[in-house]
Amino acid sequence: MALFYIYILLLFMVIAAIIAVETKDLLSAVICVGAIGFGGSLMFLFLRAPDIAITQIVVEVLGLIILIRATIARDLTFITGDREFFGTVVSVVILLVIVVAGIRVFNTMPEFGVPVFARIPETASQVYISRGLADTGATNVVTSVYLDYRAYDTLGEATVLFTAVIGATAILRSKSRKRLEESEA
Amino acid sequence: MKGMTVVVKTVSSWVKVLIFLFGIYIILFGHLTPGGGFAGGVILASSYVLLMLAFGRDLVEANLPLPVASKLDCLGAFLFAMIGVLGLVFGGVFFVNFLYQKYVPQEPFDLVSGGAIPLSNMAIGLKVGASLFLVIFALTVFRYDFQDGGRKTAVADGAEQQKE
Repeated sequence: MALFYIYILLLFMVIAAIIAVETKDLLSAVICVGAIGFGGSLMFLFLRAPDIAITQIVVEVLGLIILIRATIARDLTFITGDREFFGTVVSVVILLVIVVAGIRVFNTMPEFGVPVFARIPETASQVYISRGLADTGATNVVTSVYLDYRAYDTLGEATVLFTAVIGATAILRSKSRKRLEESEA
Repeated sequence: MKGMTVVVKTVSSWVKVLIFLFGIYIILFGHLTPGGGFAGGVILASSYVLLMLAFGRDLVEANLPLPVASKLDCLGAFLFAMIGVLGLVFGGVFFVNFLYQKYVPQEPFDLVSGGAIPLSNMAIGLKVGASLFLVIFALTVFRYDFQDGGRKTAVADGAEQQKE
């Protein structure tokens, strides 16, 4: 039954993506991108990954708001002019190649819901699931992985975010300080 | 132009507390139920984004000034790194879960369980929330600087501010 919902959601997301590409109104394109993210988070929920569903919907909603802010602030609500013929042909060909390769890859993958590593004992994923509570004391296995077994990953991720925010605010603020000095002088 | 209509302002002034509380819940219960520092931090930031959209950015700037937000950001990153260093000091390995079953008595499904994991969640939540708040603030407040850049900025900026 979950697969049926997932197919419906996939169809919904494909339609939303096509509308987002084809529409001339940038605001509706942004809203379509948000709809794609919402469908993705519902799909994660049906695939029993509530952690990723929460993160996905929260980040997608906030990203949508940022995009709308950026879109409205620039008054660029409509696209004028036609598409390039060559670029369209090239992107369609690349997409076709990706689809063919993806179909071949999906044919070699194991059955849905039966991961490869479940057959092999003592792999990392099996150890995390069976010993996560005893090793870390956290009942949420996802948390026990990303803050205990794989805490270095989280540290690197936090460092990337920190550096990005520092860079963004420093670049933007230096200009605004100059602006402040000029207005005071 | 200050913010949106009365309906939006009333509803968002009721809802902002619930969103903030939900973010805190997601962060604090990250080791027991789905969620964690990242998702909770984004929810905390989104409550401020709601305020910014509904009431205009002056209220948010008075409520959480930019220097305070950047200090919170640095504090979160510092706390998260300190938890790793404390693991090195007390447990012998960088980022080891030094509190678990050693200093604090632990039962599964308790709020105080999982050793250092809730502390890491809090640090990450503080860090991510402040970071995203700073990003959105930078995009909305400093956006005049992008418009023609360089020397003309002050002139164009004055015109922009008069228009609003």
